[in-house]
Amino acid sequence: MIGKDMLGLYDATAEDIMLILDTAVGMKKLLTQNLKKLPHLQGRTVTTLFYENSTRTRCSFELAAKYLGAGTVNITASSSSVQKGETLIDTGYTLDAMKNDVIVIRHPMGGAPHLLARNVKASVVNGGDGMNEHPTQALLDFYTMREKFGSLKGLKVAILGDIKHSRVAKSNLFGLTKLGAEVVMYSPATLMPQGIERLGAKVAKSREEALAGANVVMGLRIQLERMHGGLFPSLSEYAKYYGVDEEHLRLADKDCIVMHPGPVNRGVEFTSDVIDAENSKITEQVLNGVAVRMALLFLLVKNRQGGEKNE
Amino acid sequence: MSEHVILDAAAIARMLTRLSHEVVEKNKGTDGLCLLGIRRRGEIVAERIRALIGRFYECFPPCGGIDIGMYRDDLVSGFFVPDARINKLDFSVDGKNVVLCDDVLHTGRSVRAAIEAIMDLGRPAKIMLLVLCDRGGKEMPVCPDFVGKNIPTSRQEFIDVRLCEIEGEDSLGIVTAPETTQKI
Repeated sequence: MIGKDMLGLYDATAEDIMLILDTAVGMKKLLTQNLKKLPHLQGRTVTTLFYENSTRTRCSFELAAKYLGAGTVNITASSSSVQKGETLIDTGYTLDAMKNDVIVIRHPMGGAPHLLARNVKASVVNGGDGMNEHPTQALLDFYTMREKFGSLKGLKVAILGDIKHSRVAKSNLFGLTKLGAEVVMYSPATLMPQGIERLGAKVAKSREEALAGANVVMGLRIQLERMHGGLFPSLSEYAKYYGVDEEHLRLADKDCIVMHPGPVNRGVEFTSDVIDAENSKITEQVLNGVAVRMALLFLLVKNRQGGEKNE
Repeated sequence: MSEHVILDAAAIARMLTRLSHEVVEKNKGTDGLCLLGIRRRGEIVAERIRALIGRFYECFPPCGGIDIGMYRDDLVSGFFVPDARINKLDFSVDGKNVVLCDDVLHTGRSVRAAIEAIMDLGRPAKIMLLVLCDRGGKEMPVCPDFVGKNIPTSRQEFIDVRLCEIEGEDSLGIVTAPETTQKI
């Protein structure tokens, strides 16, 4: 059962994931009709506490909270007391004292949301922690796949790009293996975490092997901000040997979909034709993200408090 | 489960004919009249009334269905996601005399929700309520203007309205829930 927090898919069960996806179906139906004012979180506050840059995740959470009637507060590390040296736990105490109901946190250190969750009464949602997990992105990826294929069982999902620094790749891996999909990863050896096979991923030896018969082709951004030199020669060389263009995509299943958690670096992980192709779900993913986050906030508030606020 | 049929197809046809005349009588003609049915049976009732008014008075008032899913008062207490459709009418309700149609009036909660839904669409001059059956048990101060039949019922009974468009036949009956389901 979904508990107080959503910290990652490593600890989630397949039932939890399916419950969130099922709830999101109803949310998306309302969203696509422009019916976006549910009353379920009225009188509650959702705070986004972001220690890293973000456009879509923060905006998505904020809109999801607003569509459910919650008040939202945004905190960015660069303009908060973090600059004055306040610790994460102290920031958590402060937010708790102000009766926040849900805190969405993004932090450059893996495990930061877990630390916060242990110290606050509010529900904590992981909006991305370092290179560890980004559960809501993976959930919206599953939603997008399920919408297209009906079920995730037996799907071949090829994930290409900067696996090592990607929290999206890890959350996807944890969730997809639980839901019965096959995950194949491909990246330069320097960007492939050691021992990823033990977590259930299959590591491809070539781009062709990774793409062969894939139902989902997922690209990941090269996270230059997390690299401290020397992992690969240049972006153009990366694009040439590891990027995906239309020609490569023919190796994949003919009904395959192209996904990317964004932001995309056009011409690096995917060429522009791939990004803008008909089977690209990249913008659809963004809409699904709002629906999935609405579902998650809805379920967290429903399960945890049974109607009680953080008081 | 036992069912006792109160109105058969012919009786329902007579009742709808009477209701359509009553609507026009109370409205003093068909000017400014429009019909809104609560999805989905109320919508069918509204369309039937519209067809009858058209037949007798050679004027078809505008008619539409409204979804009250987003306006229910138990969304938060029940904590569920409504399966609702957006309300879009191809006519305006501003300044109109709206006849809100539904099949059964029980607690009056759907009528309350429907009034809220109509108010979001515009500001009608007047809203009147037409129901096929008033079964009693009101929890809201709602009083129908046009009633097909008053059938006082207990909470263990419910009214089974069957309409050609959905069940393939017209009938109205009382169903008594069996002992076993009462405990649930």
